[in-house]
Amino acid sequence: MALAKITEITGCGIHLPGDDVDTDRIIPARYLKCVTFDGLGEFAFYDERFDGEGREKPHPMNEEQFKHASILLVGSNFGCGSSREHAPQSLYRFGIRAVLGVSFAEIFYGNSLQLGMPCLTLAKEAIEKIATAMKQNPETQIRVDIAAKAVTCQGEVFPAGLPEGSQSSLVEGRWDPIGELLDNGGGVDRVIGSLPYMN
Amino acid sequence: MKRNLFEKVWEAHSAGRLSSGSTQLVVGTHLIHEVTSPQAFGMLRELGLGLRCPERTFATVDHIVPTNEQSEPFSDPLADEMIRELRRNCKDFGITFFDLPTGKQGIVHIVGPELGITQPGTTIACGDSHTSTHGAFGAIAFGIGTTQVRDVLATQTIAMNKLKVRRINVNGYLAPGVYAKDVILHIIRTLGVKGGIGFAYEYGGEVFERFTMEERMTVCNMSIEGAARCGYVNPDETTFEYLKGRPYCPAGEDWEEAVARWRSMASDAGCFYDDVVEIDACDIGPTVTWGIHPGQAVFIDENIPDPDSLVDGDRETAQEAIVHMKLAAGQPIAGTPIDVAFIGSCTNGRLSDLQEAARFLQGRQVSPGVKAIVVPGSQLVGALAEKQGLDEIYRQAGFERRSAGCSMCLAMNPDKLVGDQLCASTSNRNFKGRQGSPTGRTMLMSPLMVAAAAVTGKISDAREVFGVTNGASV
Repeated sequence: MALAKITEITGCGIHLPGDDVDTDRIIPARYLKCVTFDGLGEFAFYDERFDGEGREKPHPMNEEQFKHASILLVGSNFGCGSSREHAPQSLYRFGIRAVLGVSFAEIFYGNSLQLGMPCLTLAKEAIEKIATAMKQNPETQIRVDIAAKAVTCQGEVFPAGLPEGSQSSLVEGRWDPIGELLDNGGGVDRVIGSLPYMN
Repeated sequence: MKRNLFEKVWEAHSAGRLSSGSTQLVVGTHLIHEVTSPQAFGMLRELGLGLRCPERTFATVDHIVPTNEQSEPFSDPLADEMIRELRRNCKDFGITFFDLPTGKQGIVHIVGPELGITQPGTTIACGDSHTSTHGAFGAIAFGIGTTQVRDVLATQTIAMNKLKVRRINVNGYLAPGVYAKDVILHIIRTLGVKGGIGFAYEYGGEVFERFTMEERMTVCNMSIEGAARCGYVNPDETTFEYLKGRPYCPAGEDWEEAVARWRSMASDAGCFYDDVVEIDACDIGPTVTWGIHPGQAVFIDENIPDPDSLVDGDRETAQEAIVHMKLAAGQPIAGTPIDVAFIGSCTNGRLSDLQEAARFLQGRQVSPGVKAIVVPGSQLVGALAEKQGLDEIYRQAGFERRSAGCSMCLAMNPDKLVGDQLCASTSNRNFKGRQGSPTGRTMLMSPLMVAAAAVTGKISDAREVFGVTNGASV
């Protein structure tokens, strides 16, 4: 399966402060009633962005200057809770292409990577610094360099965390492993054959 | 070399190393439900792929099923579309489906164990984070995303990185009125909701040795709430006793062989753990969450913390929680008025949960103004509860007895909180909006504590309300 090589993501950012943001918040369960991921972008953070009557509430994702943002800045343990892939899918469909946070919940991290939306860790101070720059000028460009594991903003370079395996799979265009999983049919047969409960 | 169970299962299921450095891990048992599978089947069709092992995937329907009126079509057209889609997918791809008319439908994490599909020494994946439940049997069981559901369907494998293992010992005796739910809420409170990132939790010690399988499942279920993708208990005689005679378990000569194999998968004495945590059972009290994640919990006789007294990071979340929950910092948690009482979910929707609350609800009445519902975790649990007369106890107490499903744990069906109702709930998540209303409020606790809140109309110490002196089983 030919995939795009993801080496760099550049764009405006959007900052959602706070730790332990769970996937129920990213997309409430009632919007999981679907058989396709299409159109989920409008439901990202729905209950934080809209009131009971569907009127917009003050929220960064509702502000015109952030609507074309492609980089999301978050706190620690982002994406905890439910394994619903609808959460990263909704962010991706909103236009997000990379997430920068202090730390990520594992299932969310994996779901995002397999979608080609990398999650990189940054020091809290770095996130705050970038957020301050964005506050002063929403057009501030953030450059996420996957190969160098670095984030650049207003000339300042911040070291970013990204496991080596994730990094290589992004830059080499192998972030969805289905091709490799299919290729090793023999290896899989051997393991299945050795497990009595599978036979 | 001495190895822990996680390492043994991991090695036995490793099919190779991928170029990313991840392991290609064989998923022995795959469970699916209606919410996280339809897109995966769509991807398969798009790629023109078939199923590698259709006999190793089992389906049920749980999240969207109404628990009161189950005649079809469902009143919610989207829910109806989802059950029809799952039927179509199971039929097209030859997957066993425990559908509503089978008498075996229920929450996927209750169905797997009770049918004997969940077995020690296996790998189990499901597009659902509470798959950690199955770890109670000594399986390595974890939640996956929908694209990974596709991977399992097509290849019976996923790409995954090996986890570290943290052994959590709980020794001593639990006090009367303290349950498995309190144990896991206490563990999460102690280690934090981020504490388990990168770890599998191995639970052990005297309390777990004495625990029934259903109690072990309650603890393993909430491993993910502490950020551990899987949690497990080593298989022992309790495990084998539970499994013997279950429909999908080996029988006859195969049974003895299976037990020997399962026993050999348990962690070796003196094996290595990346971390070890000791918890004294007598330090654990009946626990109630006051906030918006499961780590924000206190014992029933404690006060809601003052956010200013907490460390950076915890403080901000606590402030947000106090506002959402409409609580006052520094006040006792006991006495907080409730609107709804919910007994059910993959955490506490098993027969022993229904029995324990019923034992004390007999002859009691739900407080006026409280809506109380009891939802068995599966059709089999519901049938046993009825046979044992539990339905009648709940009915007389003023509980609505519903049909099996996830129900008000995540409110994808008509069972939802309204406005800012506060729910005393046996479920696993108190996230903002989790129970169907963006302003709804959830407090997590054991079934007995929910029963106590239901009859008093407020968060109460079940030991006092029911005069519990020997309520706990261990």
